[in-house]
Amino acid sequence: MFAGLDIQIPRGKVTAVMGPSGTGKTTLLRLITGQVLADGGEIKVAGQDMQALSRAELYVLRRRMGMLFQNGALLTDFSVFENVAFPLREHTDLTERLIRQLVLTKLQAVGLRGAAELMPAELSGGMSRRVALARAIVMDPELLIYDEPFVGLDPISLGVILRLIRRLNDTLGITSIVVSHDVQEISTVADQVFLLSGGKVVAGGTPQELKTNPTEIVKQFIGGLADGPVPFHFPAADYFGELMSRSEDL
Amino acid sequence: MFGELWESFTDALEGLGSVVHFLFRLIVNSPRVLLRFNLISQQIFNSGALSLIIIVLSGLFVGMVLGLQGFQLLQRFGSEEALGTAATIGLVKELGPVVTALLFAGRAGTALASELGLMRATDQLSAMEMMAVDPIQRVVVPRFLGGVIAMPLLAAIFSVIGIYGAQLVGVQIMGVDSGSFWSQMRSAVSLTDVTEGIAKSFAFGVACSLIAVYQGYYATPTAEGVGRATTSTVVTSAVVILFLDYLITAAFL
Repeated sequence: MFAGLDIQIPRGKVTAVMGPSGTGKTTLLRLITGQVLADGGEIKVAGQDMQALSRAELYVLRRRMGMLFQNGALLTDFSVFENVAFPLREHTDLTERLIRQLVLTKLQAVGLRGAAELMPAELSGGMSRRVALARAIVMDPELLIYDEPFVGLDPISLGVILRLIRRLNDTLGITSIVVSHDVQEISTVADQVFLLSGGKVVAGGTPQELKTNPTEIVKQFIGGLADGPVPFHFPAADYFGELMSRSEDL
Repeated sequence: MFGELWESFTDALEGLGSVVHFLFRLIVNSPRVLLRFNLISQQIFNSGALSLIIIVLSGLFVGMVLGLQGFQLLQRFGSEEALGTAATIGLVKELGPVVTALLFAGRAGTALASELGLMRATDQLSAMEMMAVDPIQRVVVPRFLGGVIAMPLLAAIFSVIGIYGAQLVGVQIMGVDSGSFWSQMRSAVSLTDVTEGIAKSFAFGVACSLIAVYQGYYATPTAEGVGRATTSTVVTSAVVILFLDYLITAAFL
């Protein structure tokens, strides 16, 4: 999947990872979070080598991470409140009163304190993602990972999520990684952008630097051009030849 | 031709191996889950209590049919009084565990498989892993143990209701003497018969629950995959139940 990929993610910043579909952005996230192991190379998170961790050590490390899944991945049997309370109930012995306060603060931060008693099925796409975000920050993680947070959102929800990413990063001092291919949105929120293609980083820098990058693939991606280094046509046999050939069942 | 056969044989062995490996994972994780019994009791309710209606109704009808058929047959030999014994042995040793397990696979097994499959498809299991919560411990083991506990209880209820149904037809309608129905049953049915029934229902409970959670947990995370997992839960369970039934019956001879 990757060849010669080298990325440094700075602490306390919003780092975006972009790239055409199928370049392994999600795989990269899975490597960082230890959901899959790399065949080679080295991945260090908070100074720890992901390959060398035991399952128990990995789980300890994961308590310092939060992840926002594409569709929120809320637990459908539980209410909004219980979803956010879930990590607290599993990992701590806090009193019911304290759990309530923590959950309500986090829900307030994403603007959904009023929705605490709703069930996930009653939420819109943007709302579920905000609840999932509250759940991801309830254990006060140091690293927050967003997998395609903008997909399928209306402009208002999108603006809300963008603002939350920036605000949570700055107020809580979190390190954020955002995987996305929405060029416009990313450039308003990221401190640093990596563009992946063909298994390696083809460009990196601030969103501004990326816009002025002269490489063909970067131009195609940033400008949203239909044809370029990533071809419009899926690899196929010669067009004329295929049209003229006799198909066997005709 | 031979190569293909060999391949499907090794595939089947591989599948069996991974199911057994999965069972070991569930057992290793069980003690810790037993400490949080409220998780299990919730699942006993889901698999057991919610299956009660179908179990009670089926038990009643199976018992009534036994009463009718048994009466017809025994009447030929003039020994209608043995109806209680015949119906009870048939229910406790055979029909109770087997029919309950088949219904359990259809009612609770499919629910488990599709629930887990959907949790997989909507990333809920991955989300738990990312929250450092082991889904095997939090989700799969409670469902497995809930099924293992619920199944023998359901089989017992099925048998009891079935005996009542046989009594209803045999004694109330066909006119078998009530006293001899019950007393012959009590003297002829031995503890071994009951033990055999309990052993079967326990084994079927383990098999059905294991197949359901395995199919659900490893379902392909698509609508089609979840559908396939649900179907193969029922099909595999049915075959395994009947196969185990033969083995256990032979073991008790």
